[in-house]
Amino acid sequence: MTATTNLRASRRRHPERPAWEEDPGIAGQTAKGVVLTAVVLAVLVPLWVVLVTSLSSRDTINAAGGLVVVPRELDFSAYRIIFSGGQISKALLVSTLVTVVGTAFSLVLTVLAAYGLSRPGSVWHRGLLFYFLLTFLIYPGLVPSYLVVTGLGLKDSLWSLILPGAVSVFNLVVVRAFFQNIPGELLDSARIDGAGEFRILLRIVLPLSRAVVAVVGLFYAVGYWNIWFNALLYIDDNEKFPIQRILQSYILAGQAPQTSGAVGATLPPTLAIKMAVVVVTVAPIALVYPFVQRHFTRGVIVGAVKG
Amino acid sequence: MVAPGAVVLLLFHYLPVLGNIVAFQDYNPYLGDDALQALTSSPFVGLDNFRDLFADPAFWDALWNTLSITAFQLVFFFPLPIALAILLNSILSRRLRGFVQTVVYLPHFFSWVLVVTFFVQMLGGAGLLSQELRDAGITPPEIMSNPDTFIVLVTAEAVWKDLGWGTIVFLAALAAVDPNLYEASAVDGAGRWRRLWHITLPSLRPVIVLLLILRLGDALSVGFEQFMLQRDAVGRQAAEVLDTFVYHQSIATGDYGFGAAAGLFKAMVGLVLILAANKVAHMLGERGVYSRS
Repeated sequence: MTATTNLRASRRRHPERPAWEEDPGIAGQTAKGVVLTAVVLAVLVPLWVVLVTSLSSRDTINAAGGLVVVPRELDFSAYRIIFSGGQISKALLVSTLVTVVGTAFSLVLTVLAAYGLSRPGSVWHRGLLFYFLLTFLIYPGLVPSYLVVTGLGLKDSLWSLILPGAVSVFNLVVVRAFFQNIPGELLDSARIDGAGEFRILLRIVLPLSRAVVAVVGLFYAVGYWNIWFNALLYIDDNEKFPIQRILQSYILAGQAPQTSGAVGATLPPTLAIKMAVVVVTVAPIALVYPFVQRHFTRGVIVGAVKG
Repeated sequence: MVAPGAVVLLLFHYLPVLGNIVAFQDYNPYLGDDALQALTSSPFVGLDNFRDLFADPAFWDALWNTLSITAFQLVFFFPLPIALAILLNSILSRRLRGFVQTVVYLPHFFSWVLVVTFFVQMLGGAGLLSQELRDAGITPPEIMSNPDTFIVLVTAEAVWKDLGWGTIVFLAALAAVDPNLYEASAVDGAGRWRRLWHITLPSLRPVIVLLLILRLGDALSVGFEQFMLQRDAVGRQAAEVLDTFVYHQSIATGDYGFGAAAGLFKAMVGLVLILAANKVAHMLGERGVYSRS
């Protein structure tokens, strides 16, 4: 009898709900729905409002009294302004350059070091590993780092945004842990066939490690794209400001950057330009990250547990 | 293969660690032709910088602010990702769960400049909330520049940025729980709350302990850029933390020796904290961050 009632009750059960689990109550379901909706909206509403405002005309912004929630039209004039030369375009180029060069540089150093450190028994293995891991416990303060970077003559050089953070030992540990899971027999057989270590890394290890390289590459790229404080410390020349520095001085401190727009033409409203700067700062992250997202769990967990 | 990375760390990590000797100097960057000459020709003053530091009330204010913010966030931020992870884990629909995860992870990748910008646009004096309240005839509260509620604001910002990201570790731990445990206890008559208490939370304990240790070891750091960006709007009294204190007392003013002393103090206390927290974890029978192997 109980079996039949159970069957009848579970007619509308979720197919993945295990047989022993009781059906959720209405109050519980509602509470869950409210919490999840609130959490999702807290992220999406600001993004939406900023995007809509950046695409609004002066009339719409004036009618709304500021930020626009309901879109009325698609007005791209704010984007035309920020991409038409001037300081914002330049900053976008600087940030792109730093991100591309920095990420490539960091990935090469990290993968090389991670592979070198992934095989116990190689020369100096323990000592070198200790040398890298010790950076977690002992770190320099702001002042000596500043003195070293400026002392090396990197002030106002874009390398000051790349070199100081070029090797993240956290990322290195993640990549190393991944490499260690590759069966040693695979590498040994390549060695017997006469392949050198670089060849093994390029032809065998890396093709097996695309997921972890994608995750770590994203971490590095986001770090370089977001760089702000180092630019505040080391870059005085506003021709070399990265985008975050512009975002901060323009939107948070209210200093308008020079834009070279069509002279005489009616400029789009300042608020739309500001919001367009926010959108172009968010866009690369929001567009790239979903593709890498499915690999996160693995990368983050290994790092958190072994780090 | 290891060499290029090792060289970068030598130059930009270990060399600055050695550079902390300026904390014991009356460092003058204009002595000699370069930083090295300035370092060798600046006079040593022993512990004078530290004596000045401990006699400076602004330092104690910054330390107090830092510790209160850390404590506040341990209570009001730390448990939230655990709760959200348990909630997400209970969603059976993969598509819904994947969608929520994609959305809530996103702000983790925003810079602090962006996060503060979003908060200013939503809650600031010219932001969306004030706009709507004014339309409704209500005087909007001052949120972004109120020193009294600043601790709540910075915690809200931190939650907005990292609540989702914080769930990843817990979700992985939840996925590793043996489902037979749940089934067995359900058969024995345990309801969902008892299963949560007796199975779910104990399975999360090692991860929780690990993250607590890491947070305690880092107790003297709170989001540095976050405070740099908002210090001027809110005022030094509420928004100065140790890291911003170091910046404003050294690079902003040129008093490198004093700033280095403050930074070194922070690094030393941090080292002691992480070693102590780890030791306590070992005594409680947890794995801790590292083990003696």
